[in-house]
Amino acid sequence: MKKLCEDCNEREAVIHLTQIIDNKKKVLNLCSRCAEKRGFHNPLKNVPFPLGDFLASMVVKAYPEGLDEDVQLTCSGCGLKFREFAQTGRVGCGKCYEAFRDQIDDLLRKVHGSNRHTGKLPSGSSEKMEPLKKQRRLQDELRQAVETEDFEHAAEIRDRIKELTADEH
Amino acid sequence: MFEQYVEKPARWLEADGAEAAVVVSSRVRLARNIAGHQYPDRADSDVHCRVKEFIQEALNSSGLLDEGTLYESETVSELDRSFLIERHLVSPEFMRAKTNRAIYISKDESVSIMINEEDHLRIQSFRSGLEIKSAMENAEKIDSELGEKLEYDYTNDFGFLTSCPTNIGTGLRASALIHLPGLVLTNEIDAVISQITKLGLAVRGFYGEGTDVLGNLFQISNQTTLGRNEEDIIGSLEEVSRQLIGHEDNARTTLIRDAGEEIKDKIWRAYGILKHARVLSSDEAMNLLSAVRLGVAMGILDMLPMRLVNEIMLLIQPAHLQKLINEQLSPSERDSKRAKLVRHKFADRTLE
Repeated sequence: MKKLCEDCNEREAVIHLTQIIDNKKKVLNLCSRCAEKRGFHNPLKNVPFPLGDFLASMVVKAYPEGLDEDVQLTCSGCGLKFREFAQTGRVGCGKCYEAFRDQIDDLLRKVHGSNRHTGKLPSGSSEKMEPLKKQRRLQDELRQAVETEDFEHAAEIRDRIKELTADEH
Repeated sequence: MFEQYVEKPARWLEADGAEAAVVVSSRVRLARNIAGHQYPDRADSDVHCRVKEFIQEALNSSGLLDEGTLYESETVSELDRSFLIERHLVSPEFMRAKTNRAIYISKDESVSIMINEEDHLRIQSFRSGLEIKSAMENAEKIDSELGEKLEYDYTNDFGFLTSCPTNIGTGLRASALIHLPGLVLTNEIDAVISQITKLGLAVRGFYGEGTDVLGNLFQISNQTTLGRNEEDIIGSLEEVSRQLIGHEDNARTTLIRDAGEEIKDKIWRAYGILKHARVLSSDEAMNLLSAVRLGVAMGILDMLPMRLVNEIMLLIQPAHLQKLINEQLSPSERDSKRAKLVRHKFADRTLE
């Protein structure tokens, strides 16, 4: 049976405090509003929700047109429609990141404050990994060159990266 | 199942790591997916099975299966699921869907690998105390070994690809479980938490996302995973944890200075109740244990080892209690069995 709040007798009691007063155990049933009035509170109450929880709404905000029935933005890898991604905030496969790249690029910048990976690479030594590793080395070099304002060297590296990506296609 | 774990506390509760008076444990999680396969939420059971086989093979050839066991989710009972969640070995989310998932647990419980959770792979590594770096080293070692056998979904722009864009890049979520009774008692906790969240870190309760604060235990973790490298993420979490420890130490000093008798009384009373109570709810027990833990850390209850207090905090959780007693319990039976267990655990520690 649902208990009513002992202070206001209106709202449902959701907080049950066990107190020991004069060696007598007493349970106080309060609604959250009255509990707060008495000075009891949950320290995590005002903490923002984990990002994942409101990611979907961020997706919608970033690309509201994506919700339209006639927008046919779909991932070729798994068939996930952008609309579905906007509802759940979850992609269906790795290819989704390419399919929705324009929309996701912006979203990632909002969520992470950046849209480029600077962490480690996979350890695998498969044939597919080699060009990735080479490209990554060049990207890191480029970043450094820009930071030290060595623009001549930066331009050189940029050309080499372009060549490399051209080879891929 | 898991009987071998019930009696002994999880390795991360040993209280032998750095800063164990304030930091209970450190954890690192890496999210990975296998290229060319739909992610678990979207995939059908054929894909789930194939992914599971790939990973099983990789675990086998990397020798990890010699150091631990792989459990298929179908063979894990409802009670055992809760048991694993209480031990932090799996996420509540992992246990929601019952089929086609698997969990690898190393013998000493310092490593768990969830297969087909939100991502194909979630590698977790645990350490006692503030040992985020060492937890990370361990997770990276396993990640590298598995990465030699498995082709991960990865691009140079976005890093490791994950089902949820909030985990993309490093796929790294590092966290510390921190005991902050001093800051709660001095009412400074709100200000401190608001500072931490401004630094881009997340604060959660004992059992992670969406859970309440239990026993003044707080989990802090990095919020973003892209654009910073692993060292950076770990480094800033470690730094903030150290600042938190400093704030907590100050609060404890203030408490002893301004309200020494009251604090000692609160701690001794908590210990007294735990030693003699006949009925204990899990919430009440956690709050009393929090006071006792503070007493141990401050040298007030110096005859109690910290690991005993950590251990009891775990053993009184509902699924642990049920497994220890080995019978179905109603909530009221549970509360009296819990009190009995706590009395028994504290029994051979004589009062001064």
